[in-house]
Amino acid sequence: MSAGHTANLFIPGDSLLHRMAPEAKLVSVVLFVTAVALTPRQSVWSFAVDAVLVLVLLGIAGFRATQVIARLAVVLPFIAFAFLIPFIAGGEQTSVAGFNLSIEGLWGTWNVIAKAVLGTATSMILAGTTAVAALLRGMTRLRVPAVITSIIAFMFRYLDLIVGEMGRMRTAMTARGHDPRWLWQAKPIASSAGAMFVRSYERGERVHAAMTSRGFTGSMPELNTAKASGRDWALAAIPPLVAASGALAGVLLV
Amino acid sequence: MSVPAAQFALHVPDGLLTPVVALATGVISIAVLAMALKQSGNELKDKQVPLAGLTAAFIFAGQMFNFPVAGGTSGHLLGGALAAVLLGPSMGAVVLGVVVLVQALVFADGGITALGINTLNMGIVTAFGGYALFVLLRKVFPASASGVVGATSLAAGFSVILAAMAFSIEWLFGASVPVPFDTVFGAMVGSHIAIGVGEAVISGLAISAVLAARPDLVYGARDLDRAQLADRRKVSGRVFAGGAIAVTLLMAVVVSQFASDSPDGLERVAEDNGLLGEVTDHTFSGGFFADYATSGVGNETLSLAVAGFSGAILTLLVGFGIVRTVAASRNSASS
Repeated sequence: MSAGHTANLFIPGDSLLHRMAPEAKLVSVVLFVTAVALTPRQSVWSFAVDAVLVLVLLGIAGFRATQVIARLAVVLPFIAFAFLIPFIAGGEQTSVAGFNLSIEGLWGTWNVIAKAVLGTATSMILAGTTAVAALLRGMTRLRVPAVITSIIAFMFRYLDLIVGEMGRMRTAMTARGHDPRWLWQAKPIASSAGAMFVRSYERGERVHAAMTSRGFTGSMPELNTAKASGRDWALAAIPPLVAASGALAGVLLV
Repeated sequence: MSVPAAQFALHVPDGLLTPVVALATGVISIAVLAMALKQSGNELKDKQVPLAGLTAAFIFAGQMFNFPVAGGTSGHLLGGALAAVLLGPSMGAVVLGVVVLVQALVFADGGITALGINTLNMGIVTAFGGYALFVLLRKVFPASASGVVGATSLAAGFSVILAAMAFSIEWLFGASVPVPFDTVFGAMVGSHIAIGVGEAVISGLAISAVLAARPDLVYGARDLDRAQLADRRKVSGRVFAGGAIAVTLLMAVVVSQFASDSPDGLERVAEDNGLLGEVTDHTFSGGFFADYATSGVGNETLSLAVAGFSGAILTLLVGFGIVRTVAASRNSASS
């Protein structure tokens, strides 16, 4: 079971990054990751600069090294794939320790690992310093349709509930000797999941009725919280500018 | 405990496909989801929003908990076809898009620049593709609760294969490394046959449970009246086994045909239409196609064969296991 796989990454805190307005952070992260993705793979120094920046920001956000490493395990299947590339890829070959490796493939491996690791780490910075409510606020201010943000809000409202109940049901099943190893033993999981869907939906109906009676019109009202200041935007511009200059330097110099 | 392959079509990270593909899929995804939102806009007033949120949470949770596949390995739900049957294809695609977005932003799962790719593969292809299959199968199957369950199950299984194919096709256009299309296609589709069987079983059982308790919540069963909903036939072990073997063989045959012929087919289509004209020089000079056309052949056939073979064997083993369990439970029930 990989419950830790989607554990919420938010770290309560009051760092510079926590205080930054969510809309500025969102824009900054998207631009930074885009610039990294556009960086030519031969431009090793650009990636090094980006990596240092990301490490510093991870530190400011309050992540511990072990947490970061554990989280990067998400991209492990892709990294395993990346290590296979030089063996199966075509192009000019080189010989390392008796193996024929594709030079193009080796660059490919580097490219995938560098960008996937940097991208995941950057997403971690956003997730670690932005509570879901703040993220939704930021998305609303960036003109994401209200339907989407409402669905996300409801999703989080139900998520802990569902995961908690699934976990308890699984514990109960395990206590009764249920240890599924094969697909045909999956029936109890699926039928309990179906039953739970109905139960949580009915709970949702009651919650919705209660909300409607209190004046809910389909979207949550915006509370009086600070919007991004000029200082926020200026700070948020730094990482994308660094990555973009790295990418540009790579394009021009390599 | 999770199989790497289970997460392969899922959650493509930054940098695996070229920026051009990331951008193109992003534009397609946004356009399709905007259309879907508009389309479902009328139904989406108010009450549908909590249901959509619940379904999103449910699929999110479903992706967290792995189901067993074989011998202690496991895969997890994609959920696109299930969401489409529950909510309709448009809302289903929107819900899956939301799940993918949240996974990238809140859980750092899947690249932010790969959002378009992931939304397309896991949301749009599975929801619309899965629902199209569902509608087709409903025409073949009897108009009853068991017909809906069977159609959901098969559509869900194939939707996983569709997602794997979508990834392979994106790879054809935007590989960041020179791995031949055939190798990727064979590995992706082969490994996802087993996942597809799991998706089929879980989706079918889940829809069956919802139909039993609250048939009004199932979009794909709106046309059924009360008597038809009560028609829940017990499927005999023999019928199930026959069906499973037939579907597995069909899948293996279709997939292997597609896999061995398709690059040539696609290329021929492209050439016939003059699509390759400008692109060819650039692509070939990169050593991507140039190489795979010559030295790749032996390699690719072998890897295709291995992938297809192991996928089919695994699926048959699983099918055999289902038959045995059904038989065992019937014996114990009758005694």
